[in-house]
Amino acid sequence: MNNYDAIVIGAGHNGLVTAAYLAKSGLSTVVLERSATPGGCAATEELWPGYHVDTGAHSFTGIDQRVLSDLQLSSGELEILSPDPVLVSPQHGRRTLTLHHEPAKSAQSIQPFSDRDAARWPEFLEAMSLATRVLEVLYETLPPRLAKANKGDLWELARLAIRLGRVGRQDALELMRLIPMTVEELLDEWFESDALKGTLATSGITGICQGPMASGTAYLLLHSLVGGGGVVRHRSQLRGGMRALGTALQQAAVRFGAEVRLSSPVSSIRIKERCATGVSLESGEDLEARVVVSSIDPAQTFLRLIDPTELNPEFVRAVKNIKYRGVCAKVHLALDDAPVFGRGEENGTQSAVLQGASIIIAPSIEYLERAYDDAKYGESSKAPYVDAVVTTALDPSLAPEGNHILSAVVQYAPFKLKTGNWDESRRTVLRDSVIDTLSTYAPNLRDAIVHCHVLTPADLADQFALTEGNIYQGEMTLDQIFMMRPAPGWGRYQTPVEGLYLCGASAHPGGGLTARPGMAAARAVLSHSTKNR
Amino acid sequence: MNRTGAGAPTAVKGTPFHERTQALCQGKNWRRWSGFVSASSYDLTHEHEYHAIRSAAGLIDISPLYKYRICGSDAETLADRVVTRDITKLAVGQVCYTPWCDSDGKVRDDGTLHRLADSDFRLTSAEPTLLWLHENAEGLKVEIKEETEQVGALALQGPRSLNILNEITDGALAELRYFHVIQTQIEGISVHISRTGYTGDLGYEIWVDASDAVPLWDTIFRNGVKHGLAPAGLLALDIARVEAGLLLIDVDYMPAHRAVIESRKSSPFELGLGWTVSLDKRNYVGRTALREEQSRPTEWEFRGLEIDWLSLEDAYAEVDLPPQIPGMTLRESVPVYAEEEQVGYATSRSWSPTVKKYLALAHLQAKYAKIGTELKIEITVEHQRRTAIARVAKTPFFNPARKRATFDVVRTP
Repeated sequence: MNNYDAIVIGAGHNGLVTAAYLAKSGLSTVVLERSATPGGCAATEELWPGYHVDTGAHSFTGIDQRVLSDLQLSSGELEILSPDPVLVSPQHGRRTLTLHHEPAKSAQSIQPFSDRDAARWPEFLEAMSLATRVLEVLYETLPPRLAKANKGDLWELARLAIRLGRVGRQDALELMRLIPMTVEELLDEWFESDALKGTLATSGITGICQGPMASGTAYLLLHSLVGGGGVVRHRSQLRGGMRALGTALQQAAVRFGAEVRLSSPVSSIRIKERCATGVSLESGEDLEARVVVSSIDPAQTFLRLIDPTELNPEFVRAVKNIKYRGVCAKVHLALDDAPVFGRGEENGTQSAVLQGASIIIAPSIEYLERAYDDAKYGESSKAPYVDAVVTTALDPSLAPEGNHILSAVVQYAPFKLKTGNWDESRRTVLRDSVIDTLSTYAPNLRDAIVHCHVLTPADLADQFALTEGNIYQGEMTLDQIFMMRPAPGWGRYQTPVEGLYLCGASAHPGGGLTARPGMAAARAVLSHSTKNR
Repeated sequence: MNRTGAGAPTAVKGTPFHERTQALCQGKNWRRWSGFVSASSYDLTHEHEYHAIRSAAGLIDISPLYKYRICGSDAETLADRVVTRDITKLAVGQVCYTPWCDSDGKVRDDGTLHRLADSDFRLTSAEPTLLWLHENAEGLKVEIKEETEQVGALALQGPRSLNILNEITDGALAELRYFHVIQTQIEGISVHISRTGYTGDLGYEIWVDASDAVPLWDTIFRNGVKHGLAPAGLLALDIARVEAGLLLIDVDYMPAHRAVIESRKSSPFELGLGWTVSLDKRNYVGRTALREEQSRPTEWEFRGLEIDWLSLEDAYAEVDLPPQIPGMTLRESVPVYAEEEQVGYATSRSWSPTVKKYLALAHLQAKYAKIGTELKIEITVEHQRRTAIARVAKTPFFNPARKRATFDVVRTP
């Protein structure tokens, strides 16, 4: 069979979610994936015998609960493991800041750094959750249609949120105030401790080529809280590794009748009279469908898979203007001993690490800004921000018994270097900077390393088909969110090509393992196809 | 200081013919055209120059036109994708006049597209178009080169233009048909000659490497004098183009990319250029919008108006004056009425010395645009607003057979 109602390009989690919803609604659906495994950036590879490493994302905040229930994903299929405490932030002098689900426990850990900050912690959480509530409403909303993008857009959205009646005017106004702020300004309003501010500021810079002193980073902090149930830096992983997500979603899609074809790279999207009519595969096979949904990013969808003469030059310009600027790299370490951070068991740091808490290296906002300074001029950070996890803490089955895996997201490692490429020497420098940085806080780490593996931004770009290695398929900056995502006026999953939709992280509400773009895109496709019948 | 902060020179440039034109421009009556100085008239008034165009030949320096060369295996694809006409049907050696639109089907510019070889085009435009061409060339194998400063251009227009050129080329020019182009030599100078122009008359445009511009001017001039050739400036040209019913960007329409409000934009249909719009050809910029527009009744038409002489006389007689007519083309928009209701506006007005009529080019609501419809145009008589009768007329107002005539042998047309 080569004729379908819908073709989904890419079996990342969003693509599979879209496909499952479409199939569930009775559309004959096929998912085409270039690699041999489903899941996209939710990937687990056996890098060394017995070591199953999450080579893409190693954490997620929260998959939309409705997706799990709509797609009937049982906890047997998808076992979500969420540690508490959620993070440890080692500091100089072997001190450690630890954040927990329980605000009082976090406050207790903050207290040695600042009494005042500890006292304000619950109030801060409350304020953030109010602002986050507005965002949650907006993330549920199909961004308004825009004839022309203008400065009032965000305010329009806020009014929309008020109209929906689920949030108060004050909350919306506060959100409007916060969104364009720098994460530094936001945190300075609340706290004085460098340790706490540095730790929290990391949420405002993840995946963007900006430092914590850049406008709009406060927004990204709020974005990171959506789906976290009020817990700052809430993290989860999946039993068996992150690949379990792709496997479970593939099974769900297939259960609803979708076909998932792995190792089937698409070479072009076929268009006739500005309508999508199907795709051609690199194998030479042509598939027909009246709906094509692309979960890959706009640069690849529009500039690689589509004959550009089918698109308006204004749209091509907008697509080319999308900023990617990947800044993340990954370092994976196989360890024959657990790394000991801070004072180890003395202050509970070790048990936190061994319960799967994130290990955040960000001792101050200034530290992060200096890390960014290097990237600003096309170099990777000499002292990088590291977000590491001992994935084997929650799931020992990922490594041979008694051994551990430490997975680290490293920032900033700019895709575009000032000179040269991401060659072997740069890879070595990056690896060493991460090991050096971590060893400062866990002196036993270096000797425990059995294997080491590095994914530079160039590797991430190749391995996960991410333009410029951007983990969110486009930076989550203020000019690239809501109805400006992926491009101004195209925030409703549709594209200028009739029947072609976007469903990946490049679409509203953006990146992360949330399943939200995939779910919303399916909704958009279904609402049109019912109308067109 | 003659420089901007960025260090770019801000002085207006001379064209490749400047050395000659500046010596001839007795009245020092210059205007600016796309960053070049360009003669409004060479004599103290432009009348002689106008009559040279209509009764002998005028030589007009049109070098300030933006000129682009599009080459490469996808050159046809790019050209066809940008303009509204079907370029796949444009043969080598052919030229077409065409507008081009934005994605909403609104006109950005208009110009001529010359097919010099299978994959070699020259595009002329009034607006800078390099970025637009590049934006449309995404993914195409083309080379786009701007040659505005590298190529000089002269329009030789008028009934004697063929005679002048025949004597200095190899004679093949008689066979050059309307809207065609050839590569040839004028006394050893390599040129392209296209049978095109902005006067609605028999005429040619000569495209030459800037380094050969001055000798070319001298050759044409030396040979042309005995035929009554005169250098002609933009004022004379402006009258001729109104007689020819040819619209002028920024005067008769606003380029879509510079319009700040929607109502300032025009579709090709609204500019009387529906004949240039191919709705069946391969996808091009604006096709969807143009198809959609074509399926609806047109709201606006671009038409000629002839202003009634007697009614003009009456209006002036009321203040004891004889009728006054513009000596040059007026470019201010004036209202056009049906009874008391404004139904349009005239964007170019000129007295035609050849047709002997007061003419205008006007945008009219479609239901008032039928040929012969009697309307009223606003005129100012002794500082007071009045109206004169104006009838919707066919353009071109002046359309001599010699414009498109084919000449088998060398003869006086």
